[in-house]
Amino acid sequence: MNINLNIWRQTKESTAGKFVRYRLENIDPNISFLEMLDILNNKLIKEKQEPVVFDHDCREGICGSCGFMINGQPHGPQKATTVCQLHMRAFQNEDELTLEPFRAASFPVIKDLSVDRRSFDRIILSGGYVDINTGEAPEANLIKVPKTNADEAFLSAACIGCGACVAACKNSSAMLFTSSKISHLSLLPQGKKEAKERVLKMVATMDDEGFGSCTNTGACSAECPKEISQANIVRLNKELIKSVID
Amino acid sequence: MNQFNQQLNSGAPNKELHRCWQEQLKSYKKLNPDQANSYRAIVVGTGLAGASASATLAEMGFNVKAFSYHESPRRAHSIAAQGGINAAKNYKKDGDSTMRLFYDTIKGGDFRSREENVYRLAEISKNIIDQCVAQGVPFAREYSGYLDNRSFGGVQVSRTFYARGQTGQQLLLGAYSALSRQQNKGKVQFFQREDMLDIVVDNGKAKGIIARNLISGKVQAHAADVVILATGGYSNVYYLSTNAMASNVTANWRAHKNGAFFANPSFTQIHPTCIPVKNNFQSKLTLMSESLRNHGRVWVPKKKSDSRHPAEIPEEERDYYLERIYPAFGNLVPRDVASRRAKEVCDEGRGVGKTGLAVYLDFKKAIEDHGEKFIKEKYGNLFDMYQNITNENPYKTPMKIYPAVHYTMGGLWVDYNLMTTIEGLFSIGESNFSDHGANRLGASALMQGLADGYFVAPHSVMNYLASNSPDNNEKMLEREAFAQKIIEVEKNILDIMNVQGDLTVDEIHRELGKVVWDNIGMSRSEKGLREALEIIPQIREKFNTRLMVPGDKNGPNPELEKALRLKDFIELAELMALDALDRKESCGAHFREEYQTEENEAKRNDSEYAYVAAWEHQKDGRPCLHKETLRFQNVKLKTRSYK
Repeated sequence: MNINLNIWRQTKESTAGKFVRYRLENIDPNISFLEMLDILNNKLIKEKQEPVVFDHDCREGICGSCGFMINGQPHGPQKATTVCQLHMRAFQNEDELTLEPFRAASFPVIKDLSVDRRSFDRIILSGGYVDINTGEAPEANLIKVPKTNADEAFLSAACIGCGACVAACKNSSAMLFTSSKISHLSLLPQGKKEAKERVLKMVATMDDEGFGSCTNTGACSAECPKEISQANIVRLNKELIKSVID
Repeated sequence: MNQFNQQLNSGAPNKELHRCWQEQLKSYKKLNPDQANSYRAIVVGTGLAGASASATLAEMGFNVKAFSYHESPRRAHSIAAQGGINAAKNYKKDGDSTMRLFYDTIKGGDFRSREENVYRLAEISKNIIDQCVAQGVPFAREYSGYLDNRSFGGVQVSRTFYARGQTGQQLLLGAYSALSRQQNKGKVQFFQREDMLDIVVDNGKAKGIIARNLISGKVQAHAADVVILATGGYSNVYYLSTNAMASNVTANWRAHKNGAFFANPSFTQIHPTCIPVKNNFQSKLTLMSESLRNHGRVWVPKKKSDSRHPAEIPEEERDYYLERIYPAFGNLVPRDVASRRAKEVCDEGRGVGKTGLAVYLDFKKAIEDHGEKFIKEKYGNLFDMYQNITNENPYKTPMKIYPAVHYTMGGLWVDYNLMTTIEGLFSIGESNFSDHGANRLGASALMQGLADGYFVAPHSVMNYLASNSPDNNEKMLEREAFAQKIIEVEKNILDIMNVQGDLTVDEIHRELGKVVWDNIGMSRSEKGLREALEIIPQIREKFNTRLMVPGDKNGPNPELEKALRLKDFIELAELMALDALDRKESCGAHFREEYQTEENEAKRNDSEYAYVAAWEHQKDGRPCLHKETLRFQNVKLKTRSYK
């Protein structure tokens, strides 16, 4: 198949970027999307041009490194799929694809399609953990957790921190990301002690980092490659209300 | 090759196994948090081992500088581990014990690992689960609310704790949260997107590292009182592996070139259940967790070149070869055995798929017995992943799988304290060689990473620091050793940028990978290894004269990052061939065609090769072999049998 690409090229954060058009012919539909970019880059290097920089690492859809927009959708058109798990068979011959980085004030562009998502780490840093010392812990089975809670907590904890939720949101809100961590810990007995403090701190950090407000459009959850549920946002709000009332 | 210079000693206490670690802990010198506060530790790598070690050292009061080439610790490749983590909790009351986990691991490693280390690992395994549960790791649970377990390859008890097929992710996020907590307290300083390119040894002691910032391109020195490498394995020497794209050997290789011995470099694990290679553009391989072998049955057609659809092949024309050859363990034989048997049936011409390099992993019976819902609950994400990559539905059609490189048992040689042969340089997790011998059992990598990070290294590092007074870190950077190293690293970068040839890094890497896979892969022979030793220098020559790295070194330049890593992979590949050539026996993952039984099983030679091969780098380029003789006082050496 043949593919036409309009790719955002930007040298560094402070310089202006622009779209550059590339065309690739005879692409095997069974290769992955990133392998298609590998082919483009190999070609560019051979022509002594700079390859397109994009974030990626595990290429198994779990590390959360990859992610950019394809025709306006984070991670491209396939539901519940990171861009590294996307294959060329998801597209048609002669498709026009526009590739651009996740756009959000809190995700500055590093180069081309690569962005800096450390703002996510700073949200976690402000309270996304159970406050226990490392090295000593009580016998594991002393803490009983109902299976339904454990399963729900797992589904929230499955967030890979890729930032697609922010990119999908018209307000660049990080509510889905933040709420998934808050839900994970609030569903478990281990996370109860600091629950009140946690939600206040993490929400404050989220605001400080410049993420926008949530208006419950659900775009985040719809585009999330791990299908993190909007129910997490409800739980965050519940925790937030509890922390104010208590 | 120079030989036999030095007999290495592990330094493990000469005590009964179950007393070794407790005695060692007692003998360690201690520092209180106030004293610890005057020391600095550098931890390189923030995966399971690095993040857990950083958090624990910070907890003890040390000031930790943690380095990663990722933007966040949560991106480390530990995150991709799927299946689970072993612990001898014996919750299932199926007769599990520390001794049994110890024995399974020693046997699984084909009697090429150190008894004391493995026993300690088994002992600590229980504490790991406690620690992780306390952090809020959402392990799978039974309806009773207690933790659930499943079984895994190479063992007959159910001792694997898991979080669906994402155990590594959940454990890493747990370690990351412990690290974040310490970072928030100001005890850990996290250096993101800093790529370690060399180590600084001053007056015989590890005192710092040189790292390149991957955004600015700036090369800088960082000093500390101790350096801990948690830099993972080197499977990417094969180009195609299940490792993440950036996983590399550079930190370990630089340590090696500065005096750290490299142990058993040829012990590399080929995982039996991966999605087969489909074309030349393939950039990496994807593992399907070994836990699938709990319910999947491995088979190939009895007939050669049978191109019928699997559904059209009747039961009596299928060869469930693992169940046939190994009635006791069946589909759950260890990884090396399962891999080699898959290669064997494919070599016989009975492989399936377009390339003939695949075998079936069939869930039909499990779905009939337990229902699709049950299978979905256990392996849902793996099935989705498989379907997404191959465009086939594994609930309806058997999966096609083939072995791929997955883990490296070899690594930096460490003593019982996890210290390398460079004083003050520690190596933990996959980056050391210590616990898995010639073959690692499933669900043991996460266990070892966290055992080293949470429970072993912090104590032995404290012991080391307590015997050394804190150095003035700011003044240290002015020392000759640091300045010299920066010059070397910058020259290396310039040399690579200046070639401006006609081959891309990937093209050269792919060529290296093919040589290593063909000759130092699933089966090795003297002829093949000698051939590899002839071809690898030619590849190095190509690298030096024809490489093309575009762009600027002072800014983000992924091609330069890759080139720096490939340079070290090429050198490592040579050492792997030398090591495989030296070991004239078959053991675990190291299968020398010349040394096999009549039933094609690995034939060990315990009288001559029950040693760890630790290689010392020499200026003349001819590495020198040192041996650590393995003494087995608690297990009887016998031929592994899974029949």
